[in-house]
Amino acid sequence: MLAYTMRRLVMLIPVLFGMTIITFAIIYLIPGNPAQTILGESATEQNIRDMEEALGLNEPIYIQYGEYVKGLVQGDLGSSLRTRASISSEIGPRLAATAELTFFAMIFAIVIGVNAGILSAWKQNSWFDFLAMAIALIGVSMPVFWLALMEQWVFAQELGWLPSNGRQDSRNPIDAITHFYVLDSILHMDWGHLKTVLKHLILPSIALGTIPMAIIARMTRSSMLEVMNSDYIRTIRAKGSGQFLVIYKHALKNASIPVLTVIGLQTGVLLGGAILTETIFAWPGIGRYVYDAISYRDYPVIQSGILVIAFLFVIINLVVDLIYAYIDPRIKY
Amino acid sequence: MQTSRKIEVSNKNLQHDEDMSTISPFRDTMRRLRKNRLAITGFIIILVFILIAIFAPLLTSSGIDDQVLSNRLQPPSAEHWFGTDDLGRDIFTRIAYGARISLLVGFFAVTGALIFGTFLGIIAGYYGRWIDMLISRIFDILLAFPSILLAIAIVAILGQSLQNALIAIAIVNIPIFGRLVRSKVISLREEEFVLAAKAQGMKNGRIIFHHVLPNSTAPIIVQATLGFGTAILEAAALGFLGLGATSPTPEWGKMLSDARDFIQLAPWTLIFPGISIMLVVLGFNLMGDGLRDALDPKMKN
Repeated sequence: MLAYTMRRLVMLIPVLFGMTIITFAIIYLIPGNPAQTILGESATEQNIRDMEEALGLNEPIYIQYGEYVKGLVQGDLGSSLRTRASISSEIGPRLAATAELTFFAMIFAIVIGVNAGILSAWKQNSWFDFLAMAIALIGVSMPVFWLALMEQWVFAQELGWLPSNGRQDSRNPIDAITHFYVLDSILHMDWGHLKTVLKHLILPSIALGTIPMAIIARMTRSSMLEVMNSDYIRTIRAKGSGQFLVIYKHALKNASIPVLTVIGLQTGVLLGGAILTETIFAWPGIGRYVYDAISYRDYPVIQSGILVIAFLFVIINLVVDLIYAYIDPRIKY
Repeated sequence: MQTSRKIEVSNKNLQHDEDMSTISPFRDTMRRLRKNRLAITGFIIILVFILIAIFAPLLTSSGIDDQVLSNRLQPPSAEHWFGTDDLGRDIFTRIAYGARISLLVGFFAVTGALIFGTFLGIIAGYYGRWIDMLISRIFDILLAFPSILLAIAIVAILGQSLQNALIAIAIVNIPIFGRLVRSKVISLREEEFVLAAKAQGMKNGRIIFHHVLPNSTAPIIVQATLGFGTAILEAAALGFLGLGATSPTPEWGKMLSDARDFIQLAPWTLIFPGISIMLVVLGFNLMGDGLRDALDPKMKN
């Protein structure tokens, strides 16, 4: 296990290296003069030269890349062209916002997806199975942003049950400690805030979690069906164990491996989907940070935002692979 | 245990017999596909959208940018089936012409990814060694980014346009095809018929085109069908974020972002483009699932 972990960590190095090359290259691949593109048509020669200076564009490329990686290792993500603030400090609270949203979306996806999948496999070919699988099929085909817009329309604007955007009531902001607002309001023991924060989380979490939910449900169902037909389940049944115990204790354990892989992969997909969900719900996360940066041509923010998300994606997948190897002793690497 | 092994053995014999019989694999697949009702549904959905795309000028009476300001935000009626948008344009017309854009973007993005992905996958899988290392690491790196994010990064570099969105989606999908083909090629490389061809002195190029590629088509076809749906979703997402089609192009994602402000006043401006995206993607997903079951019966459960 230790050897495997080490090997996986070593394999990560070229990937991380490649990622920095791609994000570093973003600014160089802009057609024409990058400084000119960032500043627009009206820029003077002096402006362009200043911008090139600011971006370090007049150094040889290998020195620039060296500086870039050196900065990254020290936690320096550069500074925003628009706000001139350091990106590392700007990105922290946004990362927390995205992590909180992703976490709740994943909880929604797992709880609903796994249970719907189990029930579908248990009652195979029942009306529940057909309905659940029909919803799952539509779920994977649904554009996230459209679902988000429809939710906003029905539950926020027409029915007025839930807030349509933001993370909290802006007139009564929370005193942030960790920037995970759910955690913050618990730490403050402020139940009023907790309720508001949770209410703000519902619609974006469902929008973001629907595709993973559908995929997890389908995977759980097929994985469970396979396990339920195996010899050892028949043996456990023959011993007289109750149906519920058979399913939730014995079958689920062995069906969980492919499900876990899917959950890991979907967490990465969620990070990508967050950019759309956050844009629609005005959620101040890292996805919206990158989106705003695109419209301002704030390339350092685009580069660092993308790098941070990709880094998280890689780390999540690594953790999932390690868990996978840990719980399935049949797999020898 | 004993009985299950016996069944396995007899199953193998059965498969062997089928291979030997006169039914061609193509007809066999078609037979299985026809029996799959979901796949048929998917096929019909796709066909309807293709017909709408082709016959858009016959189905509609106005143009995609015919603005009639006195007709702003009209609800669906006999005259305007899907209502009108904030500039008084007929939404049905725009959706019908939008079908052309979505299907073409899906087609070209998938074809591009398929050609480059298959090429790189074959090189990596067939030749192995350092070239495999190099190509596989590039795939790893590309797959280390969530796909929509990588597409956004590419459009941020190339600039906003439908064409650049298409290129971005194609690039993002290259490693998906590449990995698939590579693993298939590696498993085929050691097959007896490939070794036999090599022993006969056949050139690498001929082995690849005559023996390796034809035996890798099944997973490629399945992935291409499913990828078609994903490409359409990604194009719509880029359009929605303002990184794809520009006005007045009736791209569905762009239509949704243009209509956002009128959601309460005129929900039909959002409902119909969204349903169109969902239906067409659903069609490709159903078809892809059906093809997988038909081409690879072992995977069916």
